[in-house]
Formats: sequence, structure tokens, C-alpha cells
Amino acid sequence: QNDGYRTLSLSGHVGFASLPDQLVKKSIKQGFCFNILCIGETGSGKSTLINSLFNTNFDDPVSTHFLPSVRLRAQTYELQESNVLLKLTIVNTVGFGDQMNKEDNYRPIVDYIDAQFEAYLQEELKVKRSLFSYHDTRIHVCLYFISPTGHSLKSLDLLTMKRLDSKVNIIPIIGKADSISKTELQNFKNKIMNELINNDIQIYQFPTDDETVSEINTIMNGHLPFAVVGSMEEVKIGNKTVRARRYPWGIVQVENENHCDFVKLRKMLICTNMEDLREQTHVRHYELYRRCRLEEMGFRDIDPENGTVSLQEAIEAERQEFHLELRRKKEEIRQEFVQRMKEKDAILKEAKQQLQTEFEHRMLMLKEARLKLEEMEKGLEDEIAMFIHKKANAELLQSQSTFSTPALSLKRDKDRK
Amino acid sequence: PHAGPAESKNEAAMSELVPEPRQKPIVPMKPTGINTNLLGYIGIDTIIEQMRKKTMKTGFDFNIMVVGQSGLGKSTLVNTLFKSQVSRKSSGWNREEKIPKTVEIKAIGHVIEEGGVKMKLTVIDTPGFGDQINNENCWEPIEKYINEQYEKFLKEEVNIARKKRIPDTRVHCCLYFISPTGHSLRPLDLEFMKHLSKVVNIIPVIAKADTMTLEEKTEFKQRVRKELEVNGIEFYPQKEFDEDLEDKTENDKIRQESMPFAVVGSDKEYQVNGKRVLGRKTPWGIIEVENLTHCEFALLRDFVIRTHLQDLKEVTHNIHYETYRAKRLNDNGGLPPMTVETEENHESNL
Repeated sequence: QNDGYRTLSLSGHVGFASLPDQLVKKSIKQGFCFNILCIGETGSGKSTLINSLFNTNFDDPVSTHFLPSVRLRAQTYELQESNVLLKLTIVNTVGFGDQMNKEDNYRPIVDYIDAQFEAYLQEELKVKRSLFSYHDTRIHVCLYFISPTGHSLKSLDLLTMKRLDSKVNIIPIIGKADSISKTELQNFKNKIMNELINNDIQIYQFPTDDETVSEINTIMNGHLPFAVVGSMEEVKIGNKTVRARRYPWGIVQVENENHCDFVKLRKMLICTNMEDLREQTHVRHYELYRRCRLEEMGFRDIDPENGTVSLQEAIEAERQEFHLELRRKKEEIRQEFVQRMKEKDAILKEAKQQLQTEFEHRMLMLKEARLKLEEMEKGLEDEIAMFIHKKANAELLQSQSTFSTPALSLKRDKDRK
Repeated sequence: PHAGPAESKNEAAMSELVPEPRQKPIVPMKPTGINTNLLGYIGIDTIIEQMRKKTMKTGFDFNIMVVGQSGLGKSTLVNTLFKSQVSRKSSGWNREEKIPKTVEIKAIGHVIEEGGVKMKLTVIDTPGFGDQINNENCWEPIEKYINEQYEKFLKEEVNIARKKRIPDTRVHCCLYFISPTGHSLRPLDLEFMKHLSKVVNIIPVIAKADTMTLEEKTEFKQRVRKELEVNGIEFYPQKEFDEDLEDKTENDKIRQESMPFAVVGSDKEYQVNGKRVLGRKTPWGIIEVENLTHCEFALLRDFVIRTHLQDLKEVTHNIHYETYRAKRLNDNGGLPPMTVETEENHESNL
């Protein structure tokens, strides 16, 4: 048990015996959390029992039988007793067992329990986390209310409890137990326990490993399921005022152990095993959820035989893959971009080419036009030259004719004048 | 991209092969508290006893490291603190042992019990620290050891199937021994504390305080405190981790007046005024270790063991370890929260 460490004896008072006190002092400062889930049909006495357990009117409104599906309603209360601050969360199932088809009744309950585990797991996996100030909403105990038929468990009960026994600590309770007589009650209890065993339903066992509580816990384990009666009504009996239910034939006292197991339940649930219920939830149920969830995601622990990898390595590997994928996608996009650029480039080139061709064509046309123009110009010049030549010839001819006919020259002179 | 008729048919075929992923549970919003008054005694306060019983059953781990040059009385002090031969020097090593050439880390564990409380105490000695000619970076093996313990714990915590109780080898407290020169801190002292105060709780102590008079002691302590402050060294209890006013007042007094504790250690008993006391015998008198007028050993002992033992562990776990974890996960790409991103990546690998 000492892992191979030597035990040394102290030669004097050191003082670390105060360590549990130091720890407790810190826990008191932080406060405690306790979360109870009540499952039972509408009218099975859940709210009254919780009120009686905590001696408080928690003000839970009465619900109808006509809800279409099961809903869970959670309320958190802050209770204080001496220097202990308790954050108590009561989760009630509303509409349980009321529908025509109850096949899916258990599902919202399982989902709710899983959701609380999930929230804790998410917090635990964060890089920057604050677990010591985390408000723990995981369900620490499930009070399952069995209808006081006196016969046996209903199939809905078996189905629901089977779905829950690996997720939460179940304490089965017979609600409104004042409708069963004492002899019927013991038979009923026996039958219920047998059915639970036969169906391999693991209910919560009060721990028997600590000598101080093992005896009382063993006895209590034998009294399961607890047959309880709840009441907030006060009745005067003799010179005492007690919580009770008044009937024409007598008064059922809630805290009278001959009348019902209420006191046993309160003792077991709160005074003796509250811390164990919390511990079991964290160490057993939550760990199981976590393991299943992580395995679901594909992670395995290091196993030298199959060569599987640890959670951290697996996530590293995934991260590598993710980065590779990212890089690949990046490359893909880059390639596409390059392709598009090329295409655009080609289009532009073609357009440019076209323009060039057009340009050359036009230049050619221009050249031709010019040439034509030049030709025309030349032609015109030739004509002009010819005309001048002709004109010169004509003038020459005329001057020759003037020398032969003087009258003509006189006329010409006159003309000239 | 245009999805031609062939492509969409493939997609439809794919969705038939891959089964519907299970609905992830929706995380609900946190409930709000409603204050309620109780009408009669219920027994909620018994949870304190329940918790105490459970912790006593599981027992406690405590790991204390001592750092300082050889000859400063580290082993004797630890033995005196825990009133038993818990140090390395007492577990089969002799005084003639050579000083190692590099800093070594030697951890010795014992189980001690008191008042029904079982404690697994591990004393981590660091022979060779500050003893070389060139002491540059001699804190590195120590920092490495401390981080290795965090790594060990992290590896266990990250397992799928976890142990019920992860063995805790992390260093909860590091006693740093200052030489009683009476002048000031040495560069080595400052360097060590500057580096290590970020990863572990450091409690500086002035060793062999019987070489100083009361006035010298007070002045030295003041100077040391000033130097630590000027160099930005946050020793335990760190100001930023004071949880409430009560803590702050209590810790302020310790930080500003008592620390660093000037201590004397001894495992020998002498008769003084009819009582057996632990002390050191000199020609000029007997120095009583547990006498507050002689030295501050009793203050150190009460501080570390009787009042702040649990807090040392909690600061190590909630702050130093978390810092290491966050840095480690960030460097590695992190353990992501359960986001859709991770799951999609996983599914795409299928």
C-alpha cells in the first residue's frame, strides 16, 4: 500500500495532522455542489419529498398529465447550514410516464445526464481551463420513484433504470408509501429487489469499506428501496409538532421510522454518503463517459501490442493531417489561380494579337490609299504639266500668227490696252 | 463549380454509406441560484466530516525540494522540519561524499504518519547547485526536473483510461537557502529565483542564521526583501493568488515581516530549563531551534506545514501545473475542445 516507500516514525510533533482541516477549510470557502435528479411519474410525490428532505418549500409548480414528451426542469438553490454553503440543484422529470407511447421517455433523461458530463469534459479539455471554480452540474444521485402498486416494477421502470445504471447513482424509492400496508410492503420490496437483480440493474450501494459507516450502510442496503412519505403539513401530536399526513383513520408521521423510511433516506443521502455519491459520480460514472466519448472520437491509449497511440499523440497526428490537408488545399487553390491567370493571359494575348492584325491591316490600307493618292497626285501633276505645255504651245502658235497679219497685231495691241 | 448530374449522384450514394452521426447532447445553460432558507436542521454540514474521513483514508502526497550551496544546512533543516531522518544525507549517504560536477537531482520518499493522517513525503535534494566554479545555468537541471514532473502528471491526465488517483510527484514547495553573508543576495540567488519562481512555489530561507545578531538579521532580511522586490521575484505566497481579504491580510504580514525566514536546524536534543529541546550547543550557549526568540524555525514550520501545506499543493496544481499544461498544449497544437471542426476532420479521414 505504501508503494515501496519506507515508513518513518516521527520523533516529535510535526503538525501535518492539520492537513485534513486545511483541506476542509478551503472546501468550505469554495462551497459545495450537490445535484439530485428525481424521476417518477407525475403525482408520485417527488416535489413533496424533496421539500420534506430539505425542510424547505422549493416552490415547484404542479404539472399536468398532458405533456407531449418528457422534459427536465432544473432549479438551483443556495442553502446554508452553519458554515456550509450548498449549491443544491434539483432536476425534475416532467411528464414522465404520462404519454401513450413511453418508448422514448428515458431519452431526454439520458441526454440531460450526458450533457452535464459533456460540459465538464469540454471544460477539462480546454487549453485554458478553470476546473477549481467550475460549477459542477453533473448529477450526483438519481432518486427513482416507484409507484406503490404493491405488485412489481413496471416495464418503463426496468427500461429506464437499465439505461441509467451506468451513468448515475440510482437510489430506488417507493413514493407515497402510506398506501401500502406493512406486510405488503416487505413483499413488494423483496420483489422489486429481485427484479432489479434479475435484470442486472446496478443500483447505488452504500459503501461498506469504511469501518465507521460500514455497519450502518450494510443495514441500510438491506432496507432498499426506501418506502417514503413526504409532507410539509405540520400536525400537533401530544406536545410536539411534526410533519405528517392526516387521515380519518390516523396520522402518518413523516419522521417516524415505524411509519416510513424517510429518516433513513435523509440520513443515507445527506448525512452519511453525500460525499461518496459525489466521488462515485466523478470517479466512476464520469470517467466511463469520458472514456467512451474519447474512444468514440477514435482515440486510444498507448498500447505497445497494437501500437495504438495516446490521446495526445493521436491529436497531434490529426493536427498534422489537418495541416497537410490545409496545405494541399492551399496548393490546389494556388494551382487554380495560376491556371486562371494563364487563361486570362492567353485571352489577352489573343486580343492583343487580333488588335495587332487589325492594326497592320489598317496600316496596309492606309499605305494603299496613300499610294493611290500619290498616283492621283502624280496623274494630276502630269495633267497640269501637259496643260502648261499645251498652253505654251498655243501661245507660241498665236505669236507666230501675229507676225504674219499686222492688223491682228493692232487688234491685239488694242486688246492689250 | 457546376455539379453535374454524375456528381450529385455520387454525393447521394456517399450519404447512404456514412451512417447518421449520433446526436451530440446539447449543453444547457447554467441554472441560476435562488436563495432559500432552511426551516430545520437537515445535516448538510455533516459533509465536512464525510470529506475529512475520505481524505484521511486516501492519504496525502507532499514533495519538497531544497536548493542551495552545500554546507548551508539543507538536510538538517528538512530533518528538523519533519522530525525524522527524511533527507538524502540520512538515507545511507556519507558526508565524505564528493560534490558532484553538475547539479544532480536526488529524490527520497518516505511515509510518515501523525494523528491518523498518512503522508507520503518526498524530499528532493539538489547536490552540486552553486558549487561549481562556473555556475551559469545551473538552475536548468532543476527547472527540467520540475517540468518533467508536470509532464508526467499531464500524460496520466490525458489518458483515456485514467488511474483513480494520479500519483503526484510535482514539486509543491522549493526551499531556497540564502547564505547568511549579511550583505545582499548573490547573482546566483537572483538568477535562480527569477527563473524558478515562474514554475514553482519558492520559499526563500536564510540558512545558518545563528551567525547573525538580531539587528544584523533584521537589516539583512529587509535588504533581501527589497532586492527580491526590485528584481520582480514573486516568492510564495504570491500576491496575485490571495483569494480574499482574509488571505491577503494574513499573507501580507508574512510577506512583509517574516519572510525570508532566518532558520537554524538541528536534530540533537539538549536539556534546557528542565525541558528537552532541539538545539545547537556552543561555548556561549545553546541555540534553541524551536524558540522564537532565537530563530524563526518555528515560524517556517508552522507556515509550511501547519497552515499552508494544502495551499502549497493547490497553488502548484491550479496555477503552476495549469500554466505548464496550457503552454504545452499550445505548443503542440492543443487538445481542442470537442468542436465540430475536430469531428469533421475525423470523419473526412474515414
